[in-house]
Amino acid sequence: MRTKRFVVFTLLLVVALALSATLVSAQDAKVIKIASQTPLSGPQSVLGSSMSNAVALAVEQLSGPLAEAGYKVEYVPFDDQATPDVGVANANNLVNDPAILAVIGHLNSGVAIPSSEVYDQFNLVMISPANTNPRITNRGLTTVNRVCGRDDLQGPTGARFLAGLGTVSSVYVLHDTTAYGQGVAEFFRVEAEAQGMTVLGFEGTTEAANFEGVIQPILALAPDAIYFGGIYSQTGIFINQARAAGFSGIFMGPDGTDSSEFAQLSGEAGVGTYYTSVAGPASIYPNAAQFVADYNAKFGEDPQPFAAQSYDATAIALNAILEAATIAGDVPSRAAVASVVRSTTGYEGLTGTVTFDAYGDPEVGLYYVIQVGSSDPAAWGGNTLLETLEIPSPFKVLSDSMMGG
Amino acid sequence: MVSVRSTTDWLYRYVVFPVGQMLIFIIGAGLVVSVLAYLLAFLFPEPRPNIILVDQINRQLPGMLIAGVSLGFVYAMIALGYTLVYGVLKFINFAHSEIFMFGSVIGFEVMRRLDDTGYMQGWNPILLVAFIVLWAMLLSGLLAVLIERIAYRPLRGAPRLVPLISAIGVSLFLTDAVRAFQAITRNEFNLTYPTIDLPWLKNPIPLAFGETTVNVRVTSIIIIVAAVLMLVAMNYFVNGTKLGKGIRAVSQDMSTASLMGINVNYMISLTFFVGGSFGGAAGALFGMNVGTVTPFVGFIPGIKAFTAAVLGGIGNVTGALLGGLALGMIESFLNGILVYFPALGQRYTDVFAFSVLILILIFRPSGLLGERVDEKV
Repeated sequence: MRTKRFVVFTLLLVVALALSATLVSAQDAKVIKIASQTPLSGPQSVLGSSMSNAVALAVEQLSGPLAEAGYKVEYVPFDDQATPDVGVANANNLVNDPAILAVIGHLNSGVAIPSSEVYDQFNLVMISPANTNPRITNRGLTTVNRVCGRDDLQGPTGARFLAGLGTVSSVYVLHDTTAYGQGVAEFFRVEAEAQGMTVLGFEGTTEAANFEGVIQPILALAPDAIYFGGIYSQTGIFINQARAAGFSGIFMGPDGTDSSEFAQLSGEAGVGTYYTSVAGPASIYPNAAQFVADYNAKFGEDPQPFAAQSYDATAIALNAILEAATIAGDVPSRAAVASVVRSTTGYEGLTGTVTFDAYGDPEVGLYYVIQVGSSDPAAWGGNTLLETLEIPSPFKVLSDSMMGG
Repeated sequence: MVSVRSTTDWLYRYVVFPVGQMLIFIIGAGLVVSVLAYLLAFLFPEPRPNIILVDQINRQLPGMLIAGVSLGFVYAMIALGYTLVYGVLKFINFAHSEIFMFGSVIGFEVMRRLDDTGYMQGWNPILLVAFIVLWAMLLSGLLAVLIERIAYRPLRGAPRLVPLISAIGVSLFLTDAVRAFQAITRNEFNLTYPTIDLPWLKNPIPLAFGETTVNVRVTSIIIIVAAVLMLVAMNYFVNGTKLGKGIRAVSQDMSTASLMGINVNYMISLTFFVGGSFGGAAGALFGMNVGTVTPFVGFIPGIKAFTAAVLGGIGNVTGALLGGLALGMIESFLNGILVYFPALGQRYTDVFAFSVLILILIFRPSGLLGERVDEKV
């Protein structure tokens, strides 16, 4: 009995040694990993999976120069489930893999804010394709960057657009109580009041299925427009039920509305909905045609919004890693990658030219006002683009004014 | 002569009495919450600038009542499943919220398949609703029986906490099994019911109450009518048939019932089937009303329906009905009124609803109707 146990133990030891040997040899091949954190399961997975696909595509297409320099680039997708605690748990796991040199993510600001605190402790750079909450960059973390615009500029863009219509004098504001939804709704409210509209209500709801109770007081107050700061999985169901209950006014949302799933959920009720976005449909970007074709060939469907931004974020990360690796002559440190990413200037991406300011915001953000044209999810890319606005980031405004003054 | 008397007697016992009871519950719960609402308006006449609370309540009252009734019936139908099982086995079947979810997903599947084959648009909508609800009832009922056979029956002699843990496990398993199934077969998470293209079904009916007009959704009316019909049938089944008598006997004393020649296992399976099919029907009706369901849709209504069952007095069928209607009404009124209070708002609805529950349970620990133990099923 004892000898048998000894034999089993020895065998296990041998297997373990063999495994660790292969691990060491794998590290010898100079593997660099790019991680992503997006919701791959659950109600928001339509956007999250598409972002993850775009990162995979970018790694496949753009890792050539790194391969020539002798590095093997691998892609590790993480599923943050659109939940802050899952995002932070993943973050704690992935910082312990020394081969991971950059994170692309997240979709939700409420998940990105606590997760990026973890990345920052380990100098791991995060480039966000989609997080619009001001706090993402306002904290001044050197590792946190984004290629998209900000909610303190996006919310007001929506309010000014509604004011410009001339038919909206009262508005009811809803939000999903998350950092993203409540944040953008508050910026919308402030600007709506500044534009002279009456804000009849400001309500948060976590309801996911039955909005009857939310709709009752709205119908009694009869606003000209409803603004819902939230994600399509809530707003699409909401507008469907609100129209069925007899609401006939204008409906508007932020970029969380921007997914073909919104059309799927809202059907006819969603046609005519306005939304602001920091990411136009990929089809409006002149450089993105090849990306759309490649994406379609690989994944069999059109990219969702934020896919092109994810591709750009990955490209910036890969460029920075190559530059840092060339300087170091070896696999670069995370801090070196982070500082090269921050110094990105004039990067010509699919979605425009990216120059990061001192806080990691793009110096000039693009903001769009778009209207839903059809209840067919396949026609989402054909939504009407009503306005495109170029708004400089707050830091850019500040530094320009200091230069001027 | 005798047969006429017995017919009227039958009508009274199984139709007039239960429907009257429901009416009394609806009117009673509606009156109580209306009075409380106006009391609130008296105490806080203008909670926010330019908002006169009394005017808002006047305008919303019919809408809130109708929403409360339709929500209440959904809670009541789910609560029946909790209360029936508790009556027989004395344990809380926490997997019941997933039976509700399963029913709503079955409703989606049946309707989607009909829509794909193109038959749906030609059907009479009332027939269609009945068809979908029947499928949901049948499959959910069978699922509940299966769960009992696999997860609860082997644990029948075990301490009461053991089947409870088993129930929670089944609940988690079902959620993710349905999620995995839909991910593999359709690659969809949000399951959207196809719409029936009929103007009278899609457009809300405007009802005038004095100066205010209320838009009533046809689906709300369908929920209420279907729930009333099913609850009447349920009352007849439990109190008027031999099988119902068997269930009642098992709930009173399992071992004595088996000595009297009643097949206890069969009766327990039957109880699960009836409770499960009610949960499934509620799920399908809920799905048709809200339009989109997900594998996680069962949790919140499940918890609320369990609360309703406790509020009414768990183990008591009439109590489940009263508890469901009361909770639906409270929730609907809080949703309608809390909006006007700055710093509060609708996200506190559940806090207040559950505070009411705690208050009631402090004064009546066995629920509103909990003390009439003899009617327990």
